[in-house]
Amino acid sequence: MLYLIEQCLNGIQLGMLLFLLAAGLTLIFGIMDLVNLAHGSLYMLGAYFAATFAAVTDSFLAGLGLALLATLVAGMALEVIAIRPLYGRDHLDHVLGTFGLLLFFNELVRLIWGPAGLTLSLPPEMLSAVQVLPGVYYPLYRLVIILATLTVALLLYALVMRTRIGMLIRAGASNREMVGALGVNIKLLYTLVFGLGAALAGLAGMLQAPLSFVQIGMGENILILAFVVIIIGGIGSIRGAFVAAILVGIIDTIGRAFLPDLIRHFVSYSAGSSAGPALSSMLIYTLMAAVLVFRPEGLFPAARR
Amino acid sequence: MTARLSPRNAFVAVVIAILALVPVYAEATGNTFMVSLFTRIVILAIAAVSLNLIMGFGGMVSFGHAVYLGIGGYAVGILAKEGINSGLLQWPLAVAASALFALAVGALSLRTRGVYFIMITLAFAQMVYYVAIGLDRYGGDDGMTIYKRSQFGGLIDLSNKMTFYYLCLALLLASVYVVWRLVHSRFGMVIQGARSNERRMRAIGFPTYRYKLLSFVFAGMLCGLAGALLANHTDFISPALMHWTRSGDLIVMAVLGGMGTVFGPVIGAVALLVLEEVLSGITEYWQIILGPLFLLVVLFARGGIDGLLAGVRRG
Amino acid sequence: MADALLQIEGLSKRFGGVVASDAIALSVPPGELHAIIGPNGAGKTTLIGQLAGEIAPDAGRIRFADRDVTGLPIFRRSQLGLARSFQITSLFLDFTAIENVALAVQAHAGHSFRFWRPARDEAELREPARAALMRAGLAHRADALVANLSHGEHRQLEIAVALATSPRMLLLDEPMAGMGPEESARMVKTLRELKRELTILLIEHDMEAVFALADRITVLVYGRIIASGTPEAIRANAEVRQAYLGEQEARHG
Repeated sequence: MLYLIEQCLNGIQLGMLLFLLAAGLTLIFGIMDLVNLAHGSLYMLGAYFAATFAAVTDSFLAGLGLALLATLVAGMALEVIAIRPLYGRDHLDHVLGTFGLLLFFNELVRLIWGPAGLTLSLPPEMLSAVQVLPGVYYPLYRLVIILATLTVALLLYALVMRTRIGMLIRAGASNREMVGALGVNIKLLYTLVFGLGAALAGLAGMLQAPLSFVQIGMGENILILAFVVIIIGGIGSIRGAFVAAILVGIIDTIGRAFLPDLIRHFVSYSAGSSAGPALSSMLIYTLMAAVLVFRPEGLFPAARR
Repeated sequence: MTARLSPRNAFVAVVIAILALVPVYAEATGNTFMVSLFTRIVILAIAAVSLNLIMGFGGMVSFGHAVYLGIGGYAVGILAKEGINSGLLQWPLAVAASALFALAVGALSLRTRGVYFIMITLAFAQMVYYVAIGLDRYGGDDGMTIYKRSQFGGLIDLSNKMTFYYLCLALLLASVYVVWRLVHSRFGMVIQGARSNERRMRAIGFPTYRYKLLSFVFAGMLCGLAGALLANHTDFISPALMHWTRSGDLIVMAVLGGMGTVFGPVIGAVALLVLEEVLSGITEYWQIILGPLFLLVVLFARGGIDGLLAGVRRG
Repeated sequence: MADALLQIEGLSKRFGGVVASDAIALSVPPGELHAIIGPNGAGKTTLIGQLAGEIAPDAGRIRFADRDVTGLPIFRRSQLGLARSFQITSLFLDFTAIENVALAVQAHAGHSFRFWRPARDEAELREPARAALMRAGLAHRADALVANLSHGEHRQLEIAVALATSPRMLLLDEPMAGMGPEESARMVKTLRELKRELTILLIEHDMEAVFALADRITVLVYGRIIASGTPEAIRANAEVRQAYLGEQEARHG
């Protein structure tokens, strides 16, 4: 039972990170109609920046802060230099072009930081566990991730729903030409939105870094999951991304935790060890396939263009 | 169907000539590595040609095509491990398994379009990738060595590098010819029409879904064959071969060479892998050029190398 | 009516709060050229969409050639002989004109699970394609790439493609859209010739053409039929004049 609660919390935490990635992806896709395969590269950059700055400043938080800034700038620069020419083209061109960027970033990282990867360690204060329920202890840092991301989610919601910029973003999503005609600088708006998406991705990468690793190509596997999230949630919908991210995070984590045992119990031991992890990965994709067949606009489709 | 001596046709002829003469050159200079390199090029060219059937001509961008290299390869590898070394059993099974998987994936994926299609093909490929990682008996994440190449009685000895190379080359040329005929047949017209304007195709009376599905299966089968060849070439098979970024490599080959023709992907495979060899000899970080180069090709030379030669992008 | 080729009964469709089709009932006997007119937003394109099979009606039936086609998919209706042209040109841009038409011929020349023989060499496909192009007045542009054709030629090609499917009935969605006076006159001539062998449902804004060609006219306003009858009856109908023709006269007057 305790294990179940812990795994649920882990699932939510994974969901939070997925949300950060998916939110940026769905904003960019919904507003600029751009499919960005290099989004995982920004996730990777965030982690690398954080590890580097944390080592240089000897402070975890300073490292995160600087890395966030750096990723924001990198994202905006990328938009101006390489992404702009892609607007308006068909999705295949986006996929191909941003795939080229993905290859580029992998090599760039290898050039700058070497092939071995980095580590980002938590400050000692974050290493303890906290009692969330009577008798249930959960790592503080993971709780921090959940709370931090929730805060970001609320800020994002406030930004998109309550500010002038947010209104422009929503308006731009439904009618690009109109907003341009109103004299709003669409180019700047797009750069800012892309930068925001990049920062969110980078944040996910750096939050994740102390839990696992910082290495080349780290964005590639989670990027797929993020795309699955926005398909399930509905392209262009932040609310959808949030719900779908939690859903996917929990299903994936619970699946990995319990499916092998279930299979071992009911089928055979070896089947559980080998088929378990594979099947739990498959759960998510099966869910996506089901959504695509029965409700292709997603669970919370954004307003129609 | 007359052949004209245009720059593009001349180039194609030159490339074929080069491919045919590689082993001769290698013998003369004692450079056996070249044969190995070009065997790999030829095999991946078959995979790229199969992808282009559905991508360039059918407009179905599959980001999970490398999965068939894996399915074909694992068919050979698994059978070899279980003691079945006959190519006459392994290769048809590799192709059949690929056909079945393509049928299943296609049946579901072809109900979507655009970026959804791309994502769902990618997702299915990742599923197989994870399944392969879970196959402890067959190497799991580390992969599995294949100790004996496919046996064909006394007909042909695949462990002979030269023989194997010419077999692969023959299969490549045969594949190109078959796909060429396919693309210009009635069937091919339906596929191309569906790429151009599917709404119109249905309005004039074509049940496009079944044709697209069949083309998807053909492409999978051909790539499965390439997978069987690849497993024999490397004497090794691992899940990494099926990662979605490997599918990306195949797409790069097709786009770089030219999506508009059947032979384009062959040019792309040769160009990409030769470039890889040459540049990696110069600097370790050559790939840093590849990314932006590819972006530039997508932006300004959409028809790839073949498009540049022909001046106009048409099938 | 037992002899109607196309029979529409109680066809209704709403999109959210907007009623695009309001219990439309219509009957077109074989050989008739029936025109549908109405102001923008009257639901004409939605009607064609439902007849062709792209839009599923909320209620009502569509009978074609004594068959209930209401639930049939698009390609099945085409195979039964119901062809349509598109209001916004929808052709195969990277093919030539004759290739476009040949595809339409191919769709009705048996199955296409033929993998070897080049389709471009098949006289079985090319000859009917050429014939259709001739009927549409485009034979001289057979080998031109569609992307290089003029707008008027696109509209003619739309007709040719529809003709190549050997239809019994044509659903024409504003074939004269965007045409100048000379091109329109040519299209009217083409349609007059086609009228002799085909049943046609014509949606058009060009009143001159409508009154020159139509055997009967139906007027659609806000998804509802407000009048239906011979051109003279429609011209004389006060309600129609007010709702629609009045607008037109004010604009041209």
